[in-house]
Amino acid sequence: MSAAAPLTITNGRLVLPDGSITPGAVRCEGDRIVEVGARVASQSGDRVHDAKGQLIAPGLVDYGVFAIDKPAFHFGGITRAALMPDQSPPLDRPSSVRFAASSGKPDFWVHPLAAATKGLEGEKLAEIALMRDAGARGIATGRQWIGDSGTMLRLCQYAAMLDMTVCTHAEDAGLVGSAVATSGEMATRLGLPAAPAQAEALAIARDLAIAEMAGCAIHFRTVTTAAGLDLVRAAKARGMRVTAGVTPAYFMLSDLATAQFRTFAHLSPPLRWESDRKAVLAALADGTIDVVASGHDPRGPEDKRLPFADSSPGMAGAETLLPLTLTLVRDGVIGMAHAFELLCANPASLLGVGAGKLEAGAEADIAVIDPDRPWIVDSEKMAASAGNTPFDRQPVQGRVSALFKGGAKVG
Amino acid sequence: MTAPTYIYPAGSAAFPHRGLVGIAGLAPHEIHYMLDEAEQWVELNRQAKKTRDLLAGLTIINAFFENSTRTLLSFEIAGKRLGADVVNMAVATSSVKKGETLIDTAMTLNAMHADAIVIRHASSGAVQLIADKVDCPVLNAGDGQHEHPTQALLDALTIRHAKRNFNGLVVTICGDILHSRVARSNILCLTSLGAEVRVCAPPALMPAEIEQMNVAVFHDFGAALKGADVVMMLRLQLERMQGQFIPSPREYRHLYGLTLDRLATAQPDALVMHPGPMNRGIEIDSNVADHVERSQITTQVEMGVAMRMACLDVLTRRVRGVEGWAMDDAR
Repeated sequence: MSAAAPLTITNGRLVLPDGSITPGAVRCEGDRIVEVGARVASQSGDRVHDAKGQLIAPGLVDYGVFAIDKPAFHFGGITRAALMPDQSPPLDRPSSVRFAASSGKPDFWVHPLAAATKGLEGEKLAEIALMRDAGARGIATGRQWIGDSGTMLRLCQYAAMLDMTVCTHAEDAGLVGSAVATSGEMATRLGLPAAPAQAEALAIARDLAIAEMAGCAIHFRTVTTAAGLDLVRAAKARGMRVTAGVTPAYFMLSDLATAQFRTFAHLSPPLRWESDRKAVLAALADGTIDVVASGHDPRGPEDKRLPFADSSPGMAGAETLLPLTLTLVRDGVIGMAHAFELLCANPASLLGVGAGKLEAGAEADIAVIDPDRPWIVDSEKMAASAGNTPFDRQPVQGRVSALFKGGAKVG
Repeated sequence: MTAPTYIYPAGSAAFPHRGLVGIAGLAPHEIHYMLDEAEQWVELNRQAKKTRDLLAGLTIINAFFENSTRTLLSFEIAGKRLGADVVNMAVATSSVKKGETLIDTAMTLNAMHADAIVIRHASSGAVQLIADKVDCPVLNAGDGQHEHPTQALLDALTIRHAKRNFNGLVVTICGDILHSRVARSNILCLTSLGAEVRVCAPPALMPAEIEQMNVAVFHDFGAALKGADVVMMLRLQLERMQGQFIPSPREYRHLYGLTLDRLATAQPDALVMHPGPMNRGIEIDSNVADHVERSQITTQVEMGVAMRMACLDVLTRRVRGVEGWAMDDAR
């Protein structure tokens, strides 16, 4: 790989770290970017890729996925993903973290998130320092919230000492119980076990208090309600090291999508009310939300072709992450450069990896993107290992035309 | 008794649905049509010879994935009175969960060429899931906390026999609204027919935003009963009363038990209904449940058989080739 000739991607519009989008080229040697800018030109012997006026952007960094599904990630322009510890068995030992960290190379990099507790049971702390040294790039509580406040405090103190970010799932376990929907008219009409949306704000309030006490950095993987986002906004304003993420489902859909018991719309946290969807849009616009991720969780018919409450939550999101985020740009919610901060730069800095930006010295993870190219999501023909998307048949715009990982062309 | 007063469209246009998964999606005239259709079976069931051969040769499968005694029996009798071959398939939920998936079970039933399948399942939406996969009509005999449409229809039939008109009729439904499919189907059915529905329960047993279903919400049983024409009590599941939702059975009775004293605050001719089985002395006192002039509880059981006969008759007309109900006529 390192013996390959230098790569120059020419004739594109560069998505630059300073927030500008300018015509130019990027030149890479080995697995690094060496030059970016309007005056960059290819040199003799370079491999040259003509971007034909399309966007030249950093490869997407997907923070918080549940499966490594390379074809889907590559389709979606994703070159790195932070893997949730909810694997079988859970990523709660250095050996499994080390294995996961190398599982995608060379053309896809996996950054495992260490399980906060043994078996993700929320009781005993896992060997976090050993996992960090084995390649873990953060700590995650998994699909669950840690109910015991004492355990959470000790976790946060330990994470602060190791200077690692704790990624938490914000749903108060006591309120949620076996709920699969948000309390409201939809859940009431469908007769689904439901929990109030306030379960999220309760969990965020407690976790913020604990993180502040412990002095640790905390990341809420999916914040989906107005009340929860208000808490994050206020914590940021007083200078806390807090970040928030979301997946496109929560700014595209409300609980109306669960009509007819559509299990592809069974997500965790559950889809919220329309008013919360609008709050997510506002939080994306004002910077309260730092990360947009896919939450990629491919689930076959054995998990989804079941009565709603018996089905597994989750959606295959890797392929739709980019086009759905670009709808925010098209609708004027955010600018194009901001979209790539949410998709690339912010998650990369959360992971502490030198990627997510087009600048000299960074990893040559580059996506060439036609932001206007229309296509239709088809759950039957997805690259993912399962087609469980609530966006089936939806027309979208934005598609990756070429992808480079560490300077090498993918696919 | 109210005589049928509607003129319905001919043939399947009167009830253009393949199955009966819920009251949601039924137009008021379609509900009236089913109620009218049931009247002939009420008559028949009161005769000495109460069988017909209308459905002779048809196979009806009662697939009950959740325990039931009275609903299963009611469907079985309804099928047999119409001359169908009725097969009961009782499936313990646990064995299905461990082995065969619901879809596989549905495909199996479909491959047996049943002419109608009656399903009860503990999960909301399960009946719709099966209905989407099989070729024959599917009747929902209760899915989770979602719907129990034949119960709502038989309750409406019961009310119609005692009261002239649904318009403006005040119906109070009291009990565990949160977990009740009977309540949901009854709310949809009665509001659709023009009744004014009140729901009454402690907050823990009241689903969120239920007022969006066009009902008035009460926590005070006395206020909910005031001027009511019909009082519908729901069964309280005893396992929910061990401190999780309600402190104790006697405390529940103290606030929400239907006693003769409380009943006196409703209309003097108010009907008392209960889908059964009752917890006597908890949600309803015996002297109310057995009140000769007021209690409709045994009438509900009687109407249940007639109503289910009507459903089986109407929904199998297509397969029986009844004129105006053939394949092409249906939507």
